[in-house]
Amino acid sequence: MEANTATTKEQTWEGGDSKPLGSSYGKMMIWFFIVSDALTFSGFIIAYGAMRFKFLETWPIADEVFTHIPFVHGNFPMLYVAFMTFVLIFSSVTMVLAVDAGHRMQKNKVAWYMLATIIGGVIFVGSQAWEWKTFITGSYGAVQMHDGKILQFVDETGHQITLESFVSAHHTERTQHESKNGLWFTSEAALPEFTVAEVTAAFKANPNVRVRTEKIDMATKKKEILSRASSLNFLAEGKAVIKGANLKANEYGKTLFADFFFFITGFHGFHVLSGIAFNIIIFFNVIIGTYEKRKSYEMVEKVGLYWHFVDLVWVFVFTFFYLV
Amino acid sequence: MAHEAAHESHTGLIWKVFAFLSVITIVEVIFGIIKPASLHLTSFLGTSPLNWIFLILTLVKAYGITWYFMHMKEEKASLRRSVVWTSVFLICYLAALLLIEGSYLADMMTPYVKWDY
Repeated sequence: MEANTATTKEQTWEGGDSKPLGSSYGKMMIWFFIVSDALTFSGFIIAYGAMRFKFLETWPIADEVFTHIPFVHGNFPMLYVAFMTFVLIFSSVTMVLAVDAGHRMQKNKVAWYMLATIIGGVIFVGSQAWEWKTFITGSYGAVQMHDGKILQFVDETGHQITLESFVSAHHTERTQHESKNGLWFTSEAALPEFTVAEVTAAFKANPNVRVRTEKIDMATKKKEILSRASSLNFLAEGKAVIKGANLKANEYGKTLFADFFFFITGFHGFHVLSGIAFNIIIFFNVIIGTYEKRKSYEMVEKVGLYWHFVDLVWVFVFTFFYLV
Repeated sequence: MAHEAAHESHTGLIWKVFAFLSVITIVEVIFGIIKPASLHLTSFLGTSPLNWIFLILTLVKAYGITWYFMHMKEEKASLRRSVVWTSVFLICYLAALLLIEGSYLADMMTPYVKWDY
């Protein structure tokens, strides 16, 4: 019965005196879970690093990819993700304040700080969803070549321009193949707004437009801009017009960049989501007085450890996806 | 009573750590936006000094979170070492192997990527 009841006052292994590593069973095991989860995350981030080193001279520049903030038009690299980082660090602060209040058995304070932590987590996940939406929708559009390279378009000052700003679509007979209007067992993705031929024609008609390749000039750390003549040679190899990002192609450059972005931020976002779920469970336990009766708020400490770990992972994701 | 005393409030320390982490994040963001050419376009020990700054500040932040928010400071040395040493060793090992492999692949592949059309 001992193992099934929540009345063990000292939270030891079998209600006795043994305390391996000077810690309770639950706390020690959450630490070892965190070690294994940290190794999982580092495996993903290091794989990202390996692929980035492999394509060092063609990798997308984060400052040019994540430039949006909600409700405002313009180019603001870093700001939104900095906001997200603050939200997560602040929710870590309210979490540790909840743990601190738990040590002093202040039930109401624990409940309010837990609630603040949950709200912080929800704001973070919402921001992450918005970040994904912006990334998937895309902003400029690009042409993908037959060998997979991405061609972007810039004006004479070297600033990237949207396809819409210089290409006009012509009427075509081709309609999107959906399961309801063609073969019932298959369908295709939405057709791109423009064809490669239309982009090429518009490029010829606009002498100010230049093509920018993925290649980074390592001396200036800027993407190389082609001359008009070689731009046309590159465009002649164009395969498809790409808008936004998915797992197969993205307008920002290397396909792997979007794949890793979705996978690593997605895995982290899933951790935040489950952290919120754990926090909500513990929040209600605090309110109904479970830990008051148990005379110990150690459960708050345990979910706190998980929550801080999620924050810790974000610190690294922030550095490796947005800073370096 | 001794038990009560052991659990005195750390609120002041928590807010100090928060201020410290915020300042580091703000410094990172400012460097990330400005990217001073003298730090960004030069090279030091294999990468730009700016990247080294980001990396070191990140590790400092990780230390702050683990030691003060996760209370690693108050755990016994045996628990602390079994968690920290294990992770640090394995992560450094994996990072070293895969990053060396990544640069090797870049050295081998880059000359074969076609850039003249």
